[in-house]
Amino acid sequence: MKRYVSRQLVQLVIVIVGISILSFGILHVIGDPVLLLLPQNAGREEFERYRKLLGLDQPLWIQYWKFASKAARGDFGKSWYADTPAFTLVLERMPPTIYLTLAGLGVALLLAFPLGIAAALNRHSFIDNLCTMIAVAGQAMPLFWLGIMLIIILAVQLRVLPASGYGTWQHFVMPSFCLGAFLAPVTMRLVRSGIIEVMSMEYIKTARAKGVGEWLVVVKHAFRNACIPVITVLGIQFGQLLGGAIITETVFAWPGVATLTVESIRNQDFPVVQCAVVLLALIIVVVNLLVDLIVGVIDPRIRVGG
Amino acid sequence: MSSTELILKQAPPTTTADPSAGRAIWRRLWRLKWGLGATLAMVIIVVVTILAPWVTPHDPIAVDIRHRLVPPAWMAKGTANHLLGTDQVGRDLLSRVIYGGRVSLVVGVAAVLISATIGVLLGLAAGYFGQSTDWTIMTLVNVMLTFPFVLLALAVIAVLGPSVLNMIIVLGVADWPLYARVIRAETLSIRERDFVVAGRALGMSHGRLIFRQILPNLVSAIVVIATLQVARVIILESFLSFLGLGVQPPTPAWGNMLGEGRVYMLNSWWIAAFPGLAIFVTTLSINLMGNALRDWLDPHLKL
Repeated sequence: MKRYVSRQLVQLVIVIVGISILSFGILHVIGDPVLLLLPQNAGREEFERYRKLLGLDQPLWIQYWKFASKAARGDFGKSWYADTPAFTLVLERMPPTIYLTLAGLGVALLLAFPLGIAAALNRHSFIDNLCTMIAVAGQAMPLFWLGIMLIIILAVQLRVLPASGYGTWQHFVMPSFCLGAFLAPVTMRLVRSGIIEVMSMEYIKTARAKGVGEWLVVVKHAFRNACIPVITVLGIQFGQLLGGAIITETVFAWPGVATLTVESIRNQDFPVVQCAVVLLALIIVVVNLLVDLIVGVIDPRIRVGG
Repeated sequence: MSSTELILKQAPPTTTADPSAGRAIWRRLWRLKWGLGATLAMVIIVVVTILAPWVTPHDPIAVDIRHRLVPPAWMAKGTANHLLGTDQVGRDLLSRVIYGGRVSLVVGVAAVLISATIGVLLGLAAGYFGQSTDWTIMTLVNVMLTFPFVLLALAVIAVLGPSVLNMIIVLGVADWPLYARVIRAETLSIRERDFVVAGRALGMSHGRLIFRQILPNLVSAIVVIATLQVARVIILESFLSFLGLGVQPPTPAWGNMLGEGRVYMLNSWWIAAFPGLAIFVTTLSINLMGNALRDWLDPHLKL
């Protein structure tokens, strides 16, 4: 177990360094901060002066080192737009994003488990085919269009839910359903294939032979073992989930990190964009690590392999 | 390709006494039927968008303020002149939806060509050379996969500025890790097959082994992934355009039409509804086509 954990931690550090290089590179290698900061008609000397002022005349690796050592202390510089530290701005917007992600995950699991199990237990039946169709359609559905259609139908035509915003539980309904519908198809397929695989195992036969009721066999024996691949893949897919949350937020004007990021991109406020990108990526990496560890505890076989 | 390889590839599926085997064949045919239907739909979509100047009833960017916000033809105030209605400045929606497909399809295919090239080359290198090459490439893949694709695209577009070309570059460069991972895994197993080992014993160069011996065996996997990725890229392109970070108005694209339509959804739902429906139908067709391709070419492919 110790070796497993340390290997995971080493990988964590590598990925974090990679992410910091990536987010540094996007602004400093692909783009030119001075070009973005100054008006286009600024003179040549003005550019050079700013370049010196911001330390951009130094070699790239020194610039990166400065960025990384500051970022490690939570200092991403001041927002160019709001004159507050970027870190504070992003941190303030973090809770709504986390709540939305959790709510979406909850909806996805509530949809995926019953449907996946029903499909697995009645293979090639009407239910199974229906689930496959829902999954295929769900995977092709653009999340932001689904959101807009929900707003048009439920908020504009029927007036039962608020169209956008944040605060009460009603505000949670549409965004979390949207995000859940985005994640549910993949999860449902995993549950289905997991249950199918488990149901052919020897211990299921044993349980049945002992006279355990079919319902108990599914709930106590099959379900628990089918959970492992679901947890693993959900952990890997957590980045996708957060990506879905980003899309959902912008549709429903949800006051989370994604809306802040898009606003900041429009305002060319790069410290905030950089900070948001790094923090979101960090959350993903940590969740991935936790999931790996949890799975390692549940299923000792994984610690040895992979 | 060696002869054993051919036999392996074309060997019929082993039929056992499994009673569900007959049903499985039916199931395969059933899925293939969907795939064929989807392919037909895609052919129609592609032909119509290519022929856009000849089949659209109106100029997609011609403003006609007197006929603004006209509802679709089947609604009370609709006219047959504008089958899907008009937008906030009186542009014909049907024409715009058809023209909008051009951008989406071009961006989708171009970005996938870029990402498939990068991903396949890196995947081959990682799988074939192994060791530190493998480690470096797979670490890069892990970093990229950790990053939400959307976030990366947003950040890069923010720096580069919105344009069609930038979007193709960003989507192309950001989307390669999936190819790399699958191709690496396949390469690892093919590398140990007899025909590759024999080739190596004959003194073939690395390049020849990789591109003449290994790559041909990966074509079906690449085709399947690339097809499915076109749908993903189209959705992402629409999202970026929807946010105003992709294709810029007045050029019609499904994404920016949706974004503009969102403002008017209180009274005129059709402006946002039809471009989104177009995205949905297109991505659904591509996904069904991709699934059918996988069933047909490479049923064991794991994505």
